[in-house]
Parts: sequence; structure tokens; C-alpha cells
Amino acid sequence: MTEIPEHLLKRAQAARQKAAGTGSADSAGSGERIPDALLDRTRAAGTSEKAAAVVAAGASAGLPVGAGPGGHTQRLLTVVKSGSIQEAKAAPVDKVHTWPHLLAVEFVAALACTAFLFVFSWVVNAPLLQAADFNKTPNPSKAPWYFLGLQELLTMFHPMIAGVTLPGMGLIALILAPYLDRNPSNKPEDRKFMTSMMTMFLMFWAVLVIIGSFFRGPGFNFIFPWRDGIYFEL
Amino acid sequence: MAKVLDNPRPTIKERAAKLGGQVQGSQAWNSIFRPGSIFRKGYTDSPRNRSYVVMNSVLYHLHPVKVKRHAVKVSYTLCLGGLSFFLFILLTVTGIFLMFFYRPTAANAWQDIQMLQTSVTFGLLVRNMHRWGAHLMVLSVFLHMARVFYHGAYKPPREFNWVIGVVLLTLTLLLSFTGYLLPWDQLALWAVAVGTNMMGYTPVFGNQVRFVLLGGVEIGSETLLRWYVLHVLMLPFVIVIFMAIHFWRVRKDGGISGPL
Repeated sequence: MTEIPEHLLKRAQAARQKAAGTGSADSAGSGERIPDALLDRTRAAGTSEKAAAVVAAGASAGLPVGAGPGGHTQRLLTVVKSGSIQEAKAAPVDKVHTWPHLLAVEFVAALACTAFLFVFSWVVNAPLLQAADFNKTPNPSKAPWYFLGLQELLTMFHPMIAGVTLPGMGLIALILAPYLDRNPSNKPEDRKFMTSMMTMFLMFWAVLVIIGSFFRGPGFNFIFPWRDGIYFEL
Repeated sequence: MAKVLDNPRPTIKERAAKLGGQVQGSQAWNSIFRPGSIFRKGYTDSPRNRSYVVMNSVLYHLHPVKVKRHAVKVSYTLCLGGLSFFLFILLTVTGIFLMFFYRPTAANAWQDIQMLQTSVTFGLLVRNMHRWGAHLMVLSVFLHMARVFYHGAYKPPREFNWVIGVVLLTLTLLLSFTGYLLPWDQLALWAVAVGTNMMGYTPVFGNQVRFVLLGGVEIGSETLLRWYVLHVLMLPFVIVIFMAIHFWRVRKDGGISGPL
């Protein structure tokens, strides 16, 4: 059962007191505004309340059948709060102000990132090799590091599979992930399968990139970086 | 003499305070620094002013006024999405600086980079920041994707935003790859040769894809111009549009995901 809010109860109380006050004043002073018959009925109802037999008293005073205590023909059944008829979807969420809680964190993160990049760029120079020369093919020729996994696949498959089909399928699988995974939970313990699938997917590419970056030397042959040196430029 | 003592000349400090009051009380000042601004006189730390800070800033109103408490924890997001965006801004700024000293032709490109590093004030530093920032951005976008996956944040209602995220990852890789050619050194030329050879194996229209990307049958000056335009104009333009949708959808989908 819905609890009636306190302020509504108070308002009802005040209204009742006011009605009682004016009612007595009316009966005493301004009798001309209210017909006598009605005043009689009110008085009769007032006495019948004490008599406890409401319907009988009402009938004896000529009241409509079914009138409530006090002679009212209407009753307040219940107060319906807006939340119970409007479907409220939003459950209360524990929130904090963006300023300063989030913006301060972002500011520090951006500052730390800038500082790291600044110091790193101060210490380590970006590579600039000899000017491009079509007649001198460096050995090995390597793609940028994020494509070295694909270049590694090239050693195993036909270029159409390694360069287009496999990465294309990977990309499509990524795009379709939310539509294939119908498990609504985001709890790690409920989604061990997807977690392990993604981990395998990421590890697959990471291992290929690492092999392509550090374990491939002249002629893109397999080497050990600690034995034959590193053939890798960022 | 007595008159002077009664009404001493204002000290510099008093004059500065008066001037400051006049400036901060002026209509111009108040029309620029809206209520809640820390520059405005009388900022008090109230919930109302905290809301104003976000609502009245073109930059901050990317955020809602309030966010979920768990979303503020660094251990949840690791700031990876925000840092990717920040690195993009950093790369735009440093990239604009580099554009002043670079001509995308086979005859000039390498010399321009050489000149930039040796003769331009902070040229080497800015180029280093651009290069390392680019690698860092690829890394942070990739890690952001992994974070989102492991938190199950791609699930409804956020599945379409995940798709946009994958597009953004692809665009980031393309931006990095097109920039790779621009120094026009041996590393750039042959890395791009390897990459574009792979694209040539696209089924059905592989040769056409390669031709469009290279601006010819082989890598040359046309390729450089083409990739330069892609790198500094077209891909940033496209990625900004997708970023706008990405950020907008984060809020439309009910803010950040979680808590777990």
C-alpha cells in the first residue's frame, strides 16, 4: 500500500480543522448563506456518528443512501503518487559532480601524458634514415609495427589470405562481437568464454607482432634478437 | 598637510585591487566569464556553481554535469579513451607545427625533415613528440578497446558505439600508416611498399585499390601528395566526425558502463 506523504497528511489535517472551524462559525453566525435543511442534515449526521449506525442515521435524516460519516457523499480513497502510475525506469544512481571529481582526474592524466611524451621525445629521437632510394631495398623491409602481424602471416599464407582475408575477418568479428554475444551480463565470472576468446584473439596478434618485430632478420628469416641483433625501427 | 594625511594617496596595491574590481565588475568580463567560472569574483563551491562550471564551458560540456561515482575511479577506465582523444589533440597541434616546414614532394620532403631537425627551433622535439605520440595513440586506442571488451561495455545499449569504436581504431591505424610515408626516408618508403603490396591482393579489384592509393602503379611523388592530403586533411576530418558520434553516443547510451 502506498504511504501517504507527510505534507499531504498535514494539508488534509489543516483543511479538516479549517472546515470544522468555519462549519461551527457558519452554524452560529451566517445561517442565511447555507439553507437550513442542509445545516439540519449536518447536525443530524454529527449526532449519528456517535450512534455508530451510519446508514440508519442517514436514512432517518433523509440523507442519500450510502453517505459516509459526516454526511459526505464523496470519499478520499487513496493518494496516488506520480511514481506509481508513471513507469519510472531510472533507479537512483550514485553520482558525483563532474567538476571537480572527473575534470581533476582528467587534467592530471593529460598532464602526466604530456610530461611523459615530452621527456621521452627529449631523450629519444625519431628515426630518420637515408633519403628514399628505389634502387636500394633495405634487408629486411618491414611494415610499421602494428602491421607486422600481417607481414608475419605473409610468411605462412598466400598474400590474399594473410593481407586481406584474415585481417578482414578479424575486423568483421570485432564489429559483430556485440551482436554475437547475447549474454547480457557484464560480470567477469559470467562471461568466461568471451573473455578467453578475446584474450586468445589479442594474444594471437600480439605474439605475431612480437615475432615479426624482433624475431625476423635479413630476408625476413627467423632469428633470435639476443644472438643476431634487433632489426626493428619504430 | 593635514589634508594630505586625511586623504593619503592610494598605494599601488590598493590601485591594483580597485582596477581588478572594476575589470571583474565590468559587463564585458561578466559576459565572457559566466557564473561558476573560477575567474569570476565570488566563486563559491556550491552544487550550483559546480554545475555551472560544466554547463558554461564549451570544452567541459562534453561531459554531463554529474557522472557515476565508479566512473571517476582511474582503475575502472585507466583514462584510456580520454587519453586517446587527448593524444589526438596533441598530434593535431604538433602536426600543424610540422606542416609549416614540410613540402610533400619527392624532391623536397626528406630535405625538409632534415632542415626541420637541424635548423628549426624545437623542430626535432616537436617531430619526436608527433612520432612517439602517434605510436602511443595507436597503443592507447588498442588498450581502450581491450578495456571496453573486458568490462562487457559493448553490450546493449552500447553495441553501436562499439562498432563506431572499431571504425575509429581502423582510422587511427590508417592515420598512423599514412603519416609513416611522409618523411620519405628508406624506412618510410619500404614500409609503405610492403603495406601497399598487401593491399594489392584485395580480391577482385586489388589493382584498382593499389592504383588509387598510390596515385599510379608505383610509389612516387603522387603517392606522397596523396597520402599527405589523406594524413593532414581527409582522415582527420573523418575521424573527428566519428569521434563526435562516439562521444555523443556515450552520453545517449546512459554514460559510461558499469559498475561491474
